[in-house]
Amino acid sequence: MKVLMFGWEYPPHVFGGLATANYGISQGLKAQGDIETLLCLPRPFGDEDRSAAKIIGMNCVPIAWRDVNYDYVQQRIGNIMSPDDYYRFRDHLYADFNYMHVNDLGCMEFAGGYPKNLTEEINNYSIIAGVVARTEQFDIIHAHDWLTYPAGIHAKQVSGRPLVIHVHATDFDRSRGNVNPTVYGIERNGMDNADCIMCVSELTRQTVINHYGQDPAKCFAMHNAVYPLAPELQEIVDQRLPYKDRKEKVITFLGRITMQKGPEYFIEAAKRVLERTQNVRFCFAGSGDMMNAMIDMAAAYGIADRCHFPGFMKGKQVFEIFRDSDVYVMPSVSEPFGISPLEAMQSGVPSIISKQSGCAEILDKCIKTDYWDIDAMADAMYSLCTNDSLHEYLQVEGKKEVDGITWEKVGERIRRLYDQCLARY
Amino acid sequence: MKTICLYFEIHQNVHLKRYRFFEIGKDHYYFDDYENERGITETAERSYIPAIKTFIEMAKLYGKAFKVAFSISGCAIELLEQYAPEVIELLQELNDTGCAEFLAEPYSHGLSSLANEDVFRDEVARQAKKMKELFGKKPTVLRNSSLIYSDDIGGLVASMGYKGMIAEGAKHILGWKSPHFLYHCAQNPNLKLLLRDYKLSDDISLRFNDSSWSEYPLFADTYMDWIAQLPEEEKVINIFMELCALGIYQPLSSNILEFIKALPAVAKDRGITFATPSEIIAKSKSVAPIEVPYPMSWNDEERDTSCWLGNVMQREAFHKLYSVAERVLICKDRRITQDWDRIQASNNFRFMTTKNMGVGFYRGIYDSPYDAFTNYMNILGDFINRVNSLYPLDIENDELNALLTTIRNQADEITVKDAEIARLQARLSKFEPAEKEEEKKAPAKKAAPKKAAAPKKEAPAKKAAAPKKEAAAKKAPAKKAAAPKKK
Repeated sequence: MKVLMFGWEYPPHVFGGLATANYGISQGLKAQGDIETLLCLPRPFGDEDRSAAKIIGMNCVPIAWRDVNYDYVQQRIGNIMSPDDYYRFRDHLYADFNYMHVNDLGCMEFAGGYPKNLTEEINNYSIIAGVVARTEQFDIIHAHDWLTYPAGIHAKQVSGRPLVIHVHATDFDRSRGNVNPTVYGIERNGMDNADCIMCVSELTRQTVINHYGQDPAKCFAMHNAVYPLAPELQEIVDQRLPYKDRKEKVITFLGRITMQKGPEYFIEAAKRVLERTQNVRFCFAGSGDMMNAMIDMAAAYGIADRCHFPGFMKGKQVFEIFRDSDVYVMPSVSEPFGISPLEAMQSGVPSIISKQSGCAEILDKCIKTDYWDIDAMADAMYSLCTNDSLHEYLQVEGKKEVDGITWEKVGERIRRLYDQCLARY
Repeated sequence: MKTICLYFEIHQNVHLKRYRFFEIGKDHYYFDDYENERGITETAERSYIPAIKTFIEMAKLYGKAFKVAFSISGCAIELLEQYAPEVIELLQELNDTGCAEFLAEPYSHGLSSLANEDVFRDEVARQAKKMKELFGKKPTVLRNSSLIYSDDIGGLVASMGYKGMIAEGAKHILGWKSPHFLYHCAQNPNLKLLLRDYKLSDDISLRFNDSSWSEYPLFADTYMDWIAQLPEEEKVINIFMELCALGIYQPLSSNILEFIKALPAVAKDRGITFATPSEIIAKSKSVAPIEVPYPMSWNDEERDTSCWLGNVMQREAFHKLYSVAERVLICKDRRITQDWDRIQASNNFRFMTTKNMGVGFYRGIYDSPYDAFTNYMNILGDFINRVNSLYPLDIENDELNALLTTIRNQADEITVKDAEIARLQARLSKFEPAEKEEEKKAPAKKAAPKKAAAPKKEAPAKKAAAPKKEAAAKKAPAKKAAAPKKK
C-alpha cells in the first residue's frame, strides 16, 4: 500500500510537536512492512532520516516549465531529491504558474516553520501538491494538521483517492475559544472533505464532532506514542543523582508559556507548596507570551527566589531538565495530546497532568487533576516531594507504562483504519 | 446431620474527608460527616434494618432451629450509635431471642494483626468489652478483619483465650481438603477454625440477583439441595458474608430476604440444622490442623492481603501508621484513640490499591490510588504530629512507658495512702474528739512519718516520688479538715 503523506515539519528540525508525531507515524507505518510512504515537506534540509519514508521537498517540485540540465538540477537540489524526480514532476505540470514567484528551477521557495505569511505558504503548498498528485501513484492520502489540509483536498480531487486527515490540534485548543475564522475555515473544509479523521485524543475527537460538526462515524481517536530514548539521551537521563543526594526537589513545567498551557495554575500551586516547605524549587522551562506576566506573578507572591525561568529548551536540554527534575507538571487548559509527560515518564520523572489533556486518556501511572484545581495540584506536588513510596511507584511504573506505548502499535491501528477506509471507498 | 453456620459482618468505614497538606497542623478533624451520615443511614435503611427484622421474624418462627452470628466493628458501632441507633436496638432484640451470637473482632477493622500484637490485643479487648455491654455476653470466637488469618495470628488469638476463629476456605490453603469440617490452628490445637465455603457464600452475596448466572433464579430448596447433596461426612457448612449483601449488593427487590427466610424450613425438611460458631466448636471435633504460613483473607481472587498491602504506597502508609502504635497505646487521650481506630480501618488502604479492580470498584471520594494515598498521608502526617507532641520525641518508647508506669503506680500508692491517712485520722479524732486545736496539728504530724516511710518503699523512683508525696500530704489535711465538719 502506498501512502501520500503531507507533513509540515520533520525531525531533526523541530518547531513544535508535529514533527515528532509525524516521524513516529511514518516509522510506525514502516513497521507494518507493506506500507510505502511518500512524505511531502515544504522545506526539507536534506539531513532528515529517510529510512521510514521517501521525502519530497515541495520547494524542489516545479510548477512552471524551466529548461535546466541534469547537472544543474543535481547541484541545486541534489541533497534533497534526485533530478530524475524533478524531471518526472516537470512532466506533470497542470497550469501555468509563471505569474507566481518561481525561481530558476520553476519551484517556489518556502520559509519553513511558521512564518508570518503562513496562509500564503499553505496555498503554495497545495498548488505544488497538485503536481505531486498527478505524478505519483498512491492508494490513500494522509494530511497532518490544518496546514496541509488544502493540499490533501487538492490531491484527493486530482487522484480520486480517499483522504485521511490527522488532527493534531484544533484552533479551539490554541485559542481557548477565540477562534481565528480563517484557520477555522481551512480546518472545517479539510474535515468536510476527509473520508476519515484521526484525532490525537478522544478530547480532540469531541471537539471535531461538536465544534466542526463532523460525523462521529468517521472520527477516530488515534493516540500518539513515544520512541524509546535514544542512547545519548538515555545517557543524560542516567546521570540522575541518587535519591539521597537530591537535597532539593525540583518541580518542572515544560512547554510554551502561553494561555493554553496554564502556567498561572502552576504558580498558584507553587505558592501553596512553598507556604509549607522550603525544600522545593520550581522550574519554568519554555518561553512564550505569558512569560513576563509569570515572572511578575512569582515576584508578587514573593516566591521568585524559588522559581526559575531558564527559557526555551530543545533537544538534549529537555532531557537535562528531566534529569534534574523530581516532578513534571503539565497544567494545560486544553491539550490535544501532549507528548512531553510521556517523555518525562520515560526519563523517570513522575508526572502530574491536567485531566483536560489528551494523553490523560491513555496514561494511568501518573497523577491527574483538573487544571483549575490548584489545591489538588499542590497536594499532588507536595505528596510526590514528601512521600518516597509514591515517587518511587510512579517513577518505576510510569516508565513501564510509557514503554508499552509504541508507534508500532499506532502504525498498526492506522493501518487498520486505512483498510477500512479503502474498503468503503 | 449437617449444620449450617450463618455469619454476617457489620462494618462501615468512617470516611475520611478531603484533607490537603496545607491543613496539616491546623485542622485535626479528619472525617466526612455528611458522607458518614448518608452512608450509614442508607445502609441501615436498605439493608441492616430489613435484614435484622427478617432474622427476628425467623427467630420467632423457628425458635432455636435458626441460628445466626454477627460481628460488628467498633467503628460501625460508633456510627450506628450516632446515626442509626435503631439497628443496635434491633440487634439487641434479636439477641434476646437467643438465636444470635456476637463475635469478637478488632475494634477498628484494621490490619493490626499484621503489624503490632499489642495493638491487636488492645483492639480486640475493647471490641469484646463493647459486645459485652451491648449484648451481655463476652465473645468466645473471634473473627479478624476481612477474615485475615495466618498461623501466627492463630497462635496470638489462642493466647488471648479465644476458643475459635473464623477464616476463609481459600483454595490455595485447603488444596484437596474440604472446608466442611472443623479444623484447628497449626500453632495451637485449642483454637478451632471454621472455614468459609466461598462458593455457597458467594452464590448468595455475589450472584443471587445476576440474571446471567446459570443458576438464576436461585430458590431456597435448590440451594438446600446443594448442601444436602454434599458427601455424608462433610458436616459443617460455613456461609459467611457481609450483612450489606442482603439489600445492597443484592437489592431487596430480588427477594433475597424471602430466600433467607425460607432457608430454615427447607433445611429442616432435609435434616439440616443451624448453629452458631461457638456451638459448632463445642459440639464437633477438629479433624486436622491447617497450616497457613502467609496471611490469607476473603478479599479478591487472590484471597491474600494484596489489596491492602500490594504496592509500595500501601506499605509505606501501613508502616508509618504502625510506627506510632506504641505511643498511641501509651496515650490516653480519647480523641487520639478514636482517630487512631478510624484511620486504621482497612478500607483506607483498599482505596490505594493499584490492582486492576474492574469498572465497578468503589474508591470513595478519590479518583485514583495516588489521590487516596496523598490524602491519607496528609491525615497521617497530622495525626503523627499530634501523637509526637504529646510526649517528647527524644524519649524512647520503653523509657517513656517505664516513666508512665511509675507515675501510675505512684498515683495508686497515693490513693492507698490517702485512705490510710483518712482511716488514721478518723481513729485519732475518736481519741481526741473535743480538742480541735490538736486536730489542726495532726496533719503535720501524720504527713511527716509518711515522708520518712516513702523512700524505703520506692528507692528507685525517689526523686519523682518525693514531690508527689508532698502534694498528697498537702491534700490529705484538707480532706481531714472536711471530714470532722460532716460529723
